[in-house]
Amino acid sequence: MDKALIIRAASKYRGKVRVLNDIDLCVAPGERVALLGHNGAGKTTLMKMILGLTPLSGGEITIGAARPGSAAARRDTAFLPESVNFHPTLTGREQLTLFARLAGGGADIEALLDRVGLGEAMDNRIATYSKGMRQRLGLAQVLLGRPKLALLDEPTSGLDPLSRQDLYAIIDELAAQGTAVLIASHALTEVEAQTDRIAILRQGLKVADDTLANLSRIAGLPTRLRILARSGQAERIADETGGIRINGTSVEIYCDADTKMMELRRIAAMGDAVADVEMTPPRLEDLYRYYAKGGQA
Amino acid sequence: MITRVFAIARAEMLILRRNWWLVMATGIMMLFALALTFAGSAPSGALGVDMLTVSVASMTTLAVYLAPLLALMMAFDTIAGERDRGTLALLLTYPAGRGEVLLGKLAAQVTALGIATTLGLGTAGVVAALSGGAGEQSVIALARLIVTATLLGAVFLVLGFVLSALAKSPAAAAGLAAGLWLVFVVLFDLGLLGAVVMDDGGFFTRVIFPWVMVANPADAFRVWNIAASDGVAMVSGLGGAAQMLPSWAAPASLLLWPFIGFGMARAAFARLEP
Repeated sequence: MDKALIIRAASKYRGKVRVLNDIDLCVAPGERVALLGHNGAGKTTLMKMILGLTPLSGGEITIGAARPGSAAARRDTAFLPESVNFHPTLTGREQLTLFARLAGGGADIEALLDRVGLGEAMDNRIATYSKGMRQRLGLAQVLLGRPKLALLDEPTSGLDPLSRQDLYAIIDELAAQGTAVLIASHALTEVEAQTDRIAILRQGLKVADDTLANLSRIAGLPTRLRILARSGQAERIADETGGIRINGTSVEIYCDADTKMMELRRIAAMGDAVADVEMTPPRLEDLYRYYAKGGQA
Repeated sequence: MITRVFAIARAEMLILRRNWWLVMATGIMMLFALALTFAGSAPSGALGVDMLTVSVASMTTLAVYLAPLLALMMAFDTIAGERDRGTLALLLTYPAGRGEVLLGKLAAQVTALGIATTLGLGTAGVVAALSGGAGEQSVIALARLIVTATLLGAVFLVLGFVLSALAKSPAAAAGLAAGLWLVFVVLFDLGLLGAVVMDDGGFFTRVIFPWVMVANPADAFRVWNIAASDGVAMVSGLGGAAQMLPSWAAPASLLLWPFIGFGMARAAFARLEP
């Protein structure tokens, strides 16, 4: 299948510092890929290289068949910058109209602003907008002109939980119309977990690039079982299960995904000594930390 | 391409109107032009020219200072401000090329400056004509003044773009713009004057000096307006140097500068990483 975005051995030096080191990354049409990394890992630099705003020091990037920054690439690419901003004296409608004219498409501005929930505020000046509203306006301009590639830099920043739901919907809508979506983020939250694939950058190196399920399996992070003991039984449970007593009444056990059921059966067999069991699977945050720190949980 | 340039120009024009820039520039132009017209009305009887001629001569001197100043005040923020607000990167990912972005913004700012100049200097001209009379020559001189003042403004708009693209911040761009204004409008002439005095009527004064002078767009503007009208030259008493040059020199300088400046701005903008 033809890829919407191909990055081959892309490198970037700033002075003598290597910001990005031989990055390979492909995104297919309709695919959603999350690009994760700490601040300074090189995510924004990579995005700016894809957009042609920052020249490459080595390697190559193609968008469809076009070079970054070429007229064809700019026509096919949509971008949501991190903490997006606009001219404060323009209204939302005027700003989006400008972008629509630049993109060259006859987009329905009002419908688009309604779609992102700015229907009421479209004729107010952007200076009066909250951060979340500016982010919504930023999303509206991504939806202009059916891009082949959408780059979203920290799209969840400044969004409340309800808006996040809207963001999922918009990302899915983009993917459904065949847009390749690349989402940069410094955290692995539900938004990034809903993508088809996750790539992780650490200090300019790509350290992971796989589906969430595979990443979890390879990382093999333990599930935590916390057993609440009946009074006076905590000591016994800790001895029998090999767990750690964390206070007078609770014991914690860490187990792998494949031994989890066995542990649960053992706990169930203890009968009345156990008052309750709480199971915490590895959190997305733990998984991300595992890769971002270089394979140590 | 035209639609994209036009789209940027429209948005820029909207901004210039919204932030009261257009109103303020027009007001400043009008105020100074009126004040100078009345202050300078005394010698008209003695020299035997109508009052509009005197007014145009005064306003020529005024516009040398004011048109570049207003232009630089408008232009310094053009790129540095967008970059500072964080709006430049997004704009540059759109199909509009950097040249188109600059051209659109220039079109809007030249238009705004043209409106301010026409209304400001025009009003003073009309007032002068009504109170002290005007002839065909002096009306042409006024029209020439308005067009060339706008042209002079355009030169400093594109030079302001150059600074705006080179500066690291809007504040730095503003500082550079103030420096540029001082050099072109004040220090350049002082330096030339010093050189002429030292040279004492030698080769420099007779051959080189007029060309160096007219290479400065502000002086080219002055020479063009003075050389083209005998009345204005007589009132301003600055005809001497202008007569040593061929008549095309000053217009050529003032007409070439916007293109040179735009080329420089385009080159500076191309190197910028938002």
